[in-house]
Amino acid sequence: MKKIIMAKDLTFVYEAGSDENSKKIVLDGLNIDIDEGKFVAIIGHNGSGKSTLAKHFNALLIPTEGDVYVNGMNTKDTSHLWDIRQTAGMVFQNPDNQLVATIVEEDVAFGPENLGIDPEEIRERVDFALNAVDMYKYREFAPHMLSGGQKQRIAIAGVIAMRPQCIILDEPTAMLDPKGRKEVIKTIQKLNKENGITIILITHFMEEAVLADRVIVMDNGNIALDGTPKDVFKEVKMLKDLGLDVPQVTELAYKLKQEGIDIPTEILTVDEMVRFICQYK
Amino acid sequence: MSIQVENISFVYNEGTPFESVALKDVSFTIEDNEFVGIIGHTGSGKSTLIQHLNGLLKPTSGRIIVNGIDITAKKDLKEIRKEVGIVFQYPEHQLFEETIYRDIAFGPSNLGLSDDEIEKRVYDAMKIVGLDIKIKDMSPFELSGGERRRVAIAGVLSMMPKILILDEPTAGLDPKGRDEILYQIKQIHQRYKMTTILVSHSMEDIAKLVNKIIVMHDGKVSLIGTPREVFKNVEKLEQIGLGVPQITYLVRELRKNGIELPDDILTVDEAKKYILEYLRGVDNA
Repeated sequence: MKKIIMAKDLTFVYEAGSDENSKKIVLDGLNIDIDEGKFVAIIGHNGSGKSTLAKHFNALLIPTEGDVYVNGMNTKDTSHLWDIRQTAGMVFQNPDNQLVATIVEEDVAFGPENLGIDPEEIRERVDFALNAVDMYKYREFAPHMLSGGQKQRIAIAGVIAMRPQCIILDEPTAMLDPKGRKEVIKTIQKLNKENGITIILITHFMEEAVLADRVIVMDNGNIALDGTPKDVFKEVKMLKDLGLDVPQVTELAYKLKQEGIDIPTEILTVDEMVRFICQYK
Repeated sequence: MSIQVENISFVYNEGTPFESVALKDVSFTIEDNEFVGIIGHTGSGKSTLIQHLNGLLKPTSGRIIVNGIDITAKKDLKEIRKEVGIVFQYPEHQLFEETIYRDIAFGPSNLGLSDDEIEKRVYDAMKIVGLDIKIKDMSPFELSGGERRRVAIAGVLSMMPKILILDEPTAGLDPKGRDEILYQIKQIHQRYKMTTILVSHSMEDIAKLVNKIIVMHDGKVSLIGTPREVFKNVEKLEQIGLGVPQITYLVRELRKNGIELPDDILTVDEAKKYILEYLRGVDNA
């Protein structure tokens, strides 16, 4: 399978001042490949290096040592900068900081306009993007009249209008209420399944990470765990030691096992737990 | 300290084309030393409501009585604002001083207290939120997000309020940071007997902490009661864009499948206890 993103011995050192003591190693020689078309979740406590890693995936940051390739292009090669940013788009935590125009469709058109694309195609791209996030009927609204979840979907539409192959979302639901969170996650899943866009989702919500094809757990600038949600979340103790959480049903399975119940520890959803318990009826 | 909210309504921009009704005939009582959770989706009126509780907003109609005093009739609200402290969303955005000490001391300094008293209050507040006194001369901007938030909460605690209101204090924090802040809030409530009001989107957190829940929807109180009573209304909560803790969904599904469990289970440990009883009962049968 084609690798959309590859990081080789990626080290990033953050320098707060000029002396040796103010250097902080944020990413510590990590290697990672992301397959095209996958939905990958990255979890880790604050300061584990998640966001720094994500910013390397579209050349917002350049490695101190090692290399990052996006669709085969090295992010250190500045001549590829715009191609890289078009390939891998980014969505941030706060929707209010990402919207620039006073009308929804103008906001979505902002990126393509800057590429110098002709107006007819911009219209096509904007309509496609707004439909993809299910916000077409709001195209003439002012962004400040929308809910948090709706604004975040507009931010995603702005990225989609750039025709990216990959979207990186850095805690896109952190500031949303439960309904807004569901809307955004449904949108992400749809873009992945129906449009084949690679999704990299950074999140603190374990119930979102459970939906991914692959979960990467970051700790101390390196990868602590990497696998399917089932592989990763059965490590209940390790995750808790890393300051992370597991879904409540997974924790329940873990605790039942400790009590001597013969239960698989890779239970992630309510349905799986119901099936397990009902077989004893 | 108790709060009585009696039939309050609030209209933003009344009499203009932008008029919008944010609260409609809201009534409830919060008793002294209660721990109350307020839930509701964005735009349901939660934030408008809490701003009424220390007189930042005045209701268009209705009364609010704090500790027996009608704050809607009062002009001078200085005393009330001392008693009712609000920690707003993302309070770390409001930090502005050069050192942690001075930021936390800002409130008490404006009360005309002696330097000794101010120092005592700052140190006490830092202790309560789990900040080491040694870092007091650092800039708050050198701290992590979770620590900055604790500095901001300490700034409200240094006013020694009798009622503490927190608007989504854990938003954006990682699970560890979230658990630390919630643990400290619980401690504050228990040790200092503060009446505590927590606004949150996390049903799991609310279920663990509070003894009364007020559910806001469309400017009105939609449900009110203990967590066990409120979280039984799964359909209603979902209709208004909320949910219940995952463990409560599990118990509901199990009950639908004919497994006998209490219908008001809220935590993983409770579920463990009853499911163990069930599984062991089946084994012995």
